Amino acid sequence: MKPSTRDRALLLLTALLAAYQVSAGIDGFDALPIAAYTVAFGVLLVAALLIFILGFDALDSPIVAIVSTIIPLSLAVGLIHQRAASLRPPYLIFAIVGFLAVALTRSLPVPGKSPTIVLAVTHGIAGLTIFLLPIILSVQGKTQPLFSLVGVGGALIGVGGLLLSFLKTGKPILSRETIMRLFPGLLLLTTTCFVAGFKFGQ
Amino acid sequence: MTAQSKIENRKSKIGAYWSLTKPSQSGLLLATGLAGYMSARCPVFNISTILQLSASLFFAIAGSTILNMWWDRDIDAKMGRTQKRATAKGLLNDKEILIVGAVVSIVGVGWAFAMDALYGLIVFAGWFFDVIVYSVWLKRRTCWSIVWGGISGAMPILAGRVLGLGFIDWVGLMLALGVLLWIPTHTLTFSMKFQKDYADAGVPTFPSTYGLDVTRLAIALSSVLAAAAMIAAAIGIGMDWGFLRLLGVLSAGLFALAAAMTFKPTERVNFGLFKYASVYMLAAMILVVLEVI
Repeated sequence: MKPSTRDRALLLLTALLAAYQVSAGIDGFDALPIAAYTVAFGVLLVAALLIFILGFDALDSPIVAIVSTIIPLSLAVGLIHQRAASLRPPYLIFAIVGFLAVALTRSLPVPGKSPTIVLAVTHGIAGLTIFLLPIILSVQGKTQPLFSLVGVGGALIGVGGLLLSFLKTGKPILSRETIMRLFPGLLLLTTTCFVAGFKFGQ
Repeated sequence: MTAQSKIENRKSKIGAYWSLTKPSQSGLLLATGLAGYMSARCPVFNISTILQLSASLFFAIAGSTILNMWWDRDIDAKMGRTQKRATAKGLLNDKEILIVGAVVSIVGVGWAFAMDALYGLIVFAGWFFDVIVYSVWLKRRTCWSIVWGGISGAMPILAGRVLGLGFIDWVGLMLALGVLLWIPTHTLTFSMKFQKDYADAGVPTFPSTYGLDVTRLAIALSSVLAAAAMIAAAIGIGMDWGFLRLLGVLSAGLFALAAAMTFKPTERVNFGLFKYASVYMLAAMILVVLEVI
């Protein structure tokens, strides 16, 4: 399925926003969060460019499940490092083990529901971290209120991930056409929330 | 002939000649030249120099492209991809194309020499490698001709930097190497996609000489080395850490596609790498310019 002109414009804007975040939006952070956010927004940037170039069929590749895990995991690692220092080592271990587990269960012929369970657990924990942590912090007044936008971005990317996951399992919540029509807008809105949250909410 | 039809005729002729300059390709090469100039961190907002650099480079590139088209008109007519070109279709007079190509080339190269001798020499080298070495001498003899085509394509960025600096330095050579190694991604993908066309025209290509696997490996390797050269050049320029991060991310995308091309080659991945490589080079040039601004 080919992206329309509107889709391409939205994808280009997403790529530009992600590029801004990588190049200027994370200056002044510690080394680990910089690395983690660079990876997360870098994947968003390259993904937007590849969908722009190859069309939505790029999302059919089996590697998408592995690559899309990188975004929430990296963001969550960065957030935990910055905002929940006591959880740094265990969360980093979870992120590495979770990613490796997803990569292995998606690359090797693993029988049963293990690949789905591993994916759901890894995505679930990382997604909840991105969704809840910024909102809790902003409600507690430990950050600016707009930092909660990062949580909104986490929720939105979770919605996108769910739509794509159910589509891939053959039990789509919405039709493929509807999902693809929504996807570029959802990706832009997600990226905007992340970028705005980091810019105005710290 | 009425005055109206004369005007329309002139318009269509100008349009035909404009298409012979391959505006997108020439524009991208011109952009590399401007980025090379700006990378020198000289007084880049000297409008007169910028305009003269743009004009001289554009004329030299356009002139060499017109002459290439003129020389290759017989093989272009045999290939589906190129048979609609004005030269291949015989829409323009052959002698006139040769004269226009030569005049535009002389204006471009001459203007470059008038601006600076070393800059002019590099612009001339680019023209010479493209027209004489690549097109006239090697294109119909060996698939390795693309290396010389690549060297020619790398000259604008080196020329631009030399105009800014006044001498050749390792950063300029790295920038040129980045472009040189990027060009096979482009040309080899074309030669894979239009393999039959090239075979019909009797032009030796990597796929016809070494097979598809070796060609894919060559594309992947050249993409990775191109990115490495651009990163080295960016460090040499003293690029801001944030821009370096961004260049690293874009390079990682290129590496990933190159790996996919090597280990799980498909038509789509091939096309994706081809397009992404162009976006990569354009983005790298924009970063060099933004760095200075």
